[in-house]
Amino acid sequence: MSMLHLVNKSPYENGNLNTASSIMKSGDVLLLIEDGVYGAVKSGKASAMLEGCAVSVMGPDLAARGITEDKLADGVNVVDYAGFVELVEKNDKVQSWL
Amino acid sequence: MAEETKKFMYINRKAPYGTIYAWEALEVVLIGAAFEQDVSVTFMDDGVYQLVKGQDTSGIGMKNFSPTYAALGDFEITKIYVEKESLEERGLTLDDLQHLVWEDEDEDWAEKDSIRLVNRAELGDVLADQDVLFNF
Repeated sequence: MSMLHLVNKSPYENGNLNTASSIMKSGDVLLLIEDGVYGAVKSGKASAMLEGCAVSVMGPDLAARGITEDKLADGVNVVDYAGFVELVEKNDKVQSWL
Repeated sequence: MAEETKKFMYINRKAPYGTIYAWEALEVVLIGAAFEQDVSVTFMDDGVYQLVKGQDTSGIGMKNFSPTYAALGDFEITKIYVEKESLEERGLTLDDLQHLVWEDEDEDWAEKDSIRLVNRAELGDVLADQDVLFNF
């Protein structure tokens, strides 16, 4: 059973990314959306939390915030809205860390 | 009796699109600029994200208000403080931010930088020197 974990808040504002990334099990996927995408920036301190996690990030939310794909941590997968739906479909459950 | 000029500081600590704070702050700053006070603006914590250049909101159906920051100089808002620690924690440098300038009419409209990079202690001094603080 796999779970899709959604994080939509900046990791520098609250502990949601920390909670999600540390509770995730092997086979789970983390999707960063809205202000959550700041966690995927390689040079930022928070990206250390992503180590060992399968991470996807919303492309339109990155673009809105001026983050280009070359700034992302290694292995982060950029998706669009169709890719978001696909992830929801592929995983058994969705957990939104609001 | 001449009205006293007060030092107004607007403190921005939120990222631009996840909440409405950043946009609202910008509107309040621009309205406040009409009252000829001594206005400064601070960007710290996630607020530094507001000034990141290259924002393109076409994919999220929201207005990209980031070009408006470049107009602050025209409203005589020339003191924009950016906290160094906030940039560093987020892996950002001044090069990632918009280059904001103002024109100094006392020096033949010479273009000058508006952004002042300050560390937390220096920012504490700046805040202590203000009369009114607005938080967003």
